[in-house]
Amino acid sequence: MRTGGQILVDVLREEGTDVVFGLPGGAVIPLFDVLYDSALRVILVRHEQGAGHMADGYARASGKVGVCIATSGPGATNLVTAIATANMDSVPMVAITGQVKTHLIGNDAFQEADTTGITRPVTKHNYLVKDVNELGRIVKEAFYIARTGRPGPVLIDLPVDVTTSKTDAPVPQKVELPGYNPVYEGHPGQIKRAAKMINAAKKPVIYAGGGIISSNCADLLGELAVKCNIPVTTTLMALGAFPETHELSLGMLGMHGTVYANYAITDCDLLIAIGARFDDRITGKIEAFAPRAQIIHVDIDPASISKSIPVHVPVVGDAKLILQKLLPLVQAAERKEWVGQVREWKAKYPLHYDRSAQTVKPQYVVEQISEISGGNAIICTEVGQNQMWSAQWFKYRRPRQFISSGGLGTMGFGFPAAIGAQVACPDATVFDIAGDGSIQMNIQELSTAVKQKLPVKIAILNNGYLGMVRQWQELFFNKRYSSTHLADANPDFVKLADAFGARGILVTTKAEVRPALEQAMAIKDVPTIIDFRIDQEENVFPMVPVGEAINRMLGGMA
Amino acid sequence: MAEEKTRKHIISALVENKVGVLAHIAGMFSARGFNIDSLAVGETEDPELSRMTIVVPGDDATLEQVRKQLSKIINVVSVTDLAPGSYVERDLMMVKVSATPAQRSEISLITDIFRGRIIDVGMKDVIVEISGQESKLEAFVNLIKPYGVKEMSRTGRIAMVRGSAQGKGK
Repeated sequence: MRTGGQILVDVLREEGTDVVFGLPGGAVIPLFDVLYDSALRVILVRHEQGAGHMADGYARASGKVGVCIATSGPGATNLVTAIATANMDSVPMVAITGQVKTHLIGNDAFQEADTTGITRPVTKHNYLVKDVNELGRIVKEAFYIARTGRPGPVLIDLPVDVTTSKTDAPVPQKVELPGYNPVYEGHPGQIKRAAKMINAAKKPVIYAGGGIISSNCADLLGELAVKCNIPVTTTLMALGAFPETHELSLGMLGMHGTVYANYAITDCDLLIAIGARFDDRITGKIEAFAPRAQIIHVDIDPASISKSIPVHVPVVGDAKLILQKLLPLVQAAERKEWVGQVREWKAKYPLHYDRSAQTVKPQYVVEQISEISGGNAIICTEVGQNQMWSAQWFKYRRPRQFISSGGLGTMGFGFPAAIGAQVACPDATVFDIAGDGSIQMNIQELSTAVKQKLPVKIAILNNGYLGMVRQWQELFFNKRYSSTHLADANPDFVKLADAFGARGILVTTKAEVRPALEQAMAIKDVPTIIDFRIDQEENVFPMVPVGEAINRMLGGMA
Repeated sequence: MAEEKTRKHIISALVENKVGVLAHIAGMFSARGFNIDSLAVGETEDPELSRMTIVVPGDDATLEQVRKQLSKIINVVSVTDLAPGSYVERDLMMVKVSATPAQRSEISLITDIFRGRIIDVGMKDVIVEISGQESKLEAFVNLIKPYGVKEMSRTGRIAMVRGSAQGKGK
């Protein structure tokens, strides 16, 4: 006979989990009691939102399913932002929440919330377990659903009496879900049509999304691009899916994408979208997006196809399997004229900033992080200007190197995600590139990182503002900086680091940037905050104003 | 996209008979801004499955999204957008009509013509049961309106594909 708690922990182990992020509370005390003796590593967080983002960062860095645990009521509601973040970015995660005793459900019991009701719109699927005999099957299904098809978060709501009930019912080894049959193999006829279009195209562009990373097929993407000489632009979610050091790399596209990526999209005659979903920050004005192109769209989620833009050749399935089938059907081609045109745009309209300034430019800081880590660091970001500068100025080379909240845009994501990434990759250099606003949204997790001896480096690009909102106010609201000024009440981040038992370094001039990073790189057993006092009103350019065509950018010209 | 005609689509979804499925589906419709004209749910020949018949107004592109988003829900086993002419549909209605004893026979006559039945008779009103296609029910309501419709309750449409043809599954 095993208790529900023991069954849960046993199945977690069977499913390959070795670490869980969580915080106990009344409804999960029996579960944490089982964890106390288990082989699972338990990382105690300081706020449940942190546990969710850590599980997310762990999943994105490792490709495994991240697991987080919270208690009922407020514990569960504190997880909601993290679950919604994972859902928007298709991250495999299993969230376990405690629930009040089954007979009290619906009674407004202490610390009761309708967790399955609250999380239904932000999970791939969720369960309320009412019978301990079903628990093993449900946990198995949860992992299966989280990691297959288009991945996503699955929540299991576990009443405390189910955790303590005993059973000797066997756990089925096979998952059977009549309503869940993801399509993996692309339709051969559609793949043939796609190949034919690629072979006929004069000016093709690959628009690669996070699906390349989820499907672990960056190598095949590279093969396709190189064999056929097709320039590649990646979304925020796909940074690293194609090495940015490569001649065919166009970097990121969209609102803060490169001029040359947006020009290439506007001018191309064939757009090959793989694992991307034509998000509004990518397309800008829909009618002006790739106006001259035929569109091929490869995606595992049929609902992503023709959702915002009608496509000519949809191919539903797993990007890896489809690229494997597609590669032998496409002909090697030089496409000299088109590649030459792209090269010309790249030379004429590079990303740029004032390199002569002696003040600390955020772009310079990110470039230096890229250099000092040999382009190998794992970069997590918060949301806003810090995120966009991180996307633009670090040369990403491999998948799972850039971790950011793309869809939901969650400030406070980066630091706990960096903790999760560092747990997944103990030997990697992990940075959280933050803003002074974002970092204060989950700063309490410094305790977690200190306790776990995780040398995460937090580079605060401190401009004393909620910078991206300030930028919009400057450009579109007549410089009326409503509720965006933070500098007059920001904490002393160096002292703050010290108070938590972490290290803190202040940087106020350009000359101090490199030595500070070197100092941080040498610290191996505690987190380090580097407070970079950057130019207060530096903007992220280029920028496509909302609703504009993506080739009409502000501040894009050299 | 070329302009498309908006029409009423009947979506028939086979769903697992589990707690929360109706809430999930209703929530998906509201979250994504899809309209529902009517929704009827009931058990099928298999006690583990329920059939939902949902009437959704929209153009073809919207309905394509509705179908795909419904299919994405794990507890939804299959989704069929019924093609016009390929199915039979019914809607059951009960109407409480004001009726003095003198008016009863007139109302009874109208009800007979529409193949309805009077299922309750009170001192001041009668309850009529009638089923059929929406246009028939509307025509009936228009005819009895002058007597005074006190209350009306409808099941919403249910539908079934003719013959052995199966609609597009999941």
